[in-house]
Amino acid sequence: MTTTPMLEIRNLHARIEDREILKGVNLIVPKGEVHAIMGRNGSGKSTLSYVLAGREDYEVTEGEVLLDGVNILEMEPAERAVAGLFLAFQYPIEIPGVATMTFLKAALNAQRKGRGEAEISTPDFMRAVKTAGEKLNVDSDMLKRALNVGFSGGEKKRAEILQMALLAPKMCVLDETDSGLDIDALKVVSEGVNALRGPDRAMLVITHYQRLLDHIVPDVVHVFSDGRVVESGPKELALELEAKGYAGFDGEKAA
Amino acid sequence: MNKYAIPTLKEEIEDATVDAVLSLDVDKYKYGFESHFETDKAPKGLSEDTVRFISAKKGEPEWMLAWRLDAYRRWLTLTEPTWAKVHYPPIDYQDMYYYAAPKSAQKPKSLDEVDPALLEMYEKLGVPLKERELLAGVEQPRVAVDAVIDSVSVATTFRAELNKQGIIFCSIAEAIREYPELVRQYLGTVVPVSDNFYATLNSAVFTDGSFCYIPKGVRCPMELSTYFRINEAKTGQFERTLLIADEGSYVSYLEGCTAPSRAENQLHAAVVELVALKDAEIKYSTVQNWFPGDKDGKGGVYNFVTKRGDCRGENSKISWTQVETGSAITWKYPSCILRGDNSRGEFYSIAISNGYQQVDSGTKMIHLGKNTSSRIISKGIAAGFSDNTYRGQVSAHARATNARNFTQCDSLLIGDKCGAHTVPYIESRNASAVFEHEATTSKISDDQMFYCQQRGLSEEEAVALIVNGFVRDVLQHLPMEFMVETQKLISISLEGSVG
Repeated sequence: MTTTPMLEIRNLHARIEDREILKGVNLIVPKGEVHAIMGRNGSGKSTLSYVLAGREDYEVTEGEVLLDGVNILEMEPAERAVAGLFLAFQYPIEIPGVATMTFLKAALNAQRKGRGEAEISTPDFMRAVKTAGEKLNVDSDMLKRALNVGFSGGEKKRAEILQMALLAPKMCVLDETDSGLDIDALKVVSEGVNALRGPDRAMLVITHYQRLLDHIVPDVVHVFSDGRVVESGPKELALELEAKGYAGFDGEKAA
Repeated sequence: MNKYAIPTLKEEIEDATVDAVLSLDVDKYKYGFESHFETDKAPKGLSEDTVRFISAKKGEPEWMLAWRLDAYRRWLTLTEPTWAKVHYPPIDYQDMYYYAAPKSAQKPKSLDEVDPALLEMYEKLGVPLKERELLAGVEQPRVAVDAVIDSVSVATTFRAELNKQGIIFCSIAEAIREYPELVRQYLGTVVPVSDNFYATLNSAVFTDGSFCYIPKGVRCPMELSTYFRINEAKTGQFERTLLIADEGSYVSYLEGCTAPSRAENQLHAAVVELVALKDAEIKYSTVQNWFPGDKDGKGGVYNFVTKRGDCRGENSKISWTQVETGSAITWKYPSCILRGDNSRGEFYSIAISNGYQQVDSGTKMIHLGKNTSSRIISKGIAAGFSDNTYRGQVSAHARATNARNFTQCDSLLIGDKCGAHTVPYIESRNASAVFEHEATTSKISDDQMFYCQQRGLSEEEAVALIVNGFVRDVLQHLPMEFMVETQKLISISLEGSVG
């Protein structure tokens, strides 16, 4: 079995203003695999997701990020999206007055344009949304509402996964996708995510609770602490982490 | 004072502030071109002779000339409003032409007879004459276009079909000749001759514009549309529009504008008067996209417009919808006088300013009758170095029992060099009146921008999408013909506003 990397992070350092948050991240997510990053609040997990997506508040001071072999650090956020990087936000942003359907179409067509493809026809688009929406319990009423405005926690996350399904990215980064979800919503969202697993796609699931990983079972778990990966292992590592707490791993690193 | 003047309140909106245009930096104007066809000009400057020249050119009756001369003499006694904190160079009213008309004496009978340069100009603007559709046998959408190029109606369409219903839709000049009794009955009854400096000037020298009369009980079967263009360098544009909806009638009127580039500033001082009689309804929609000025601070239209509707009869309704994206200076307050009992006024506005544009716009809802209601939704978007002011007045007079108003003013700022201001005047002389005013000011957040970009939208696409969402409440009130155009216009207007 070949393990071509979909995402390769090499010695990544990043700071916001004068504070260094990522302190040499090394990570490889091969195609077809789902990796989890676990770590306590403030360890830099979310920063990693923002830096990958290209948020300009963060300055990369060292390192490389290769997406399917291409260095994306010089790209604008939209170019990274077109290249196949998708970030499911921990706190999806409200876009007042823009119907979810309108937003989906704008995003899809922007990405198609970026790849030099023609705009999707309205019937094809409607079919695609309907198919993807059914799996995620997203009905037409929700699609007519302004994106994320007045959405419940579960609706917001389902809308994120719906976008992910439609945009069909190569590399999905899911930031705390379980936050704000009750157990039923968690199931729906997890099933949605699992349905998108495939040999040509990789995922990086960021969480600090093991419970998400009962539903989205990772191939590899990485422990994140103080701006870097301190431990990697099979999915059982998540259970060990839950039992021991993060303190043990911090200790190892400090030693 | 005519008998329709407002009894106690003085028109206060003339206190409007219009800010200066010091150096204009907007070179994004897509419609910067000039068509070349021959014109017939009045001598430069303004005098009684100019007024007589215009009146003679139009073949007007004596009463009309007298009306104009009266306005001219009143205008001489008025001074240009100086209370505004404006810094635009003084306008030399003697250094302008007050009449310019395309030379062709005969009105074209078909598109083939229309000046190809004219057609080409519309082509560039993306507003083809809908006549083509008619000629091609297209049934829908049916839009009658009374195309105004440099003050003279060049092509009027759908005439016959409208005639069948008894609807009159023609140039004001023609109306003065053909329907003098209607014009005399209504002209100047909503916006009196001496209403304000610019309206008075307009009354003296207006060169053309549209006239529309909807007879009793008739529902106008199509949207009426006029595309205004200013095309001759150094020509002030003084349009006069008079629209009367007789009892129980309905009409939707569209007015859309673009203008080519030029070096001189252009003064535009139009007057629009609407009269809605008992049970009548008028819907008046405008898209204004005049040249905002070039990057060297040259040009740019000064848009000083007086628009007012009179809900003269019971249960009448007037609804203004405007999309303002152009002009260097906009000074415009489409208003409603709610005279008839149970009458209703509405004002929906999108005003976008970029570069160094100054927008001072809003409305007045003057409640005179019982159970009158009004609704104001204003969306101001300021980008670049622009200033965007909503200025509005809602008043209830002593007899206006149960007057109701709801006002919502939302401002959106793009960048940190622009300004948004909201100046509401609320006045009630009747204890039963209920007025509500809501206002918000927001910015496009970095979070929103990042979120949209993460989904693949460019910065400009993201701004356009967010702004389109912001204005959606108003957009929904536009006729279909204007919605698509407006969405495009929003993108064009905000180009270069980020980054």
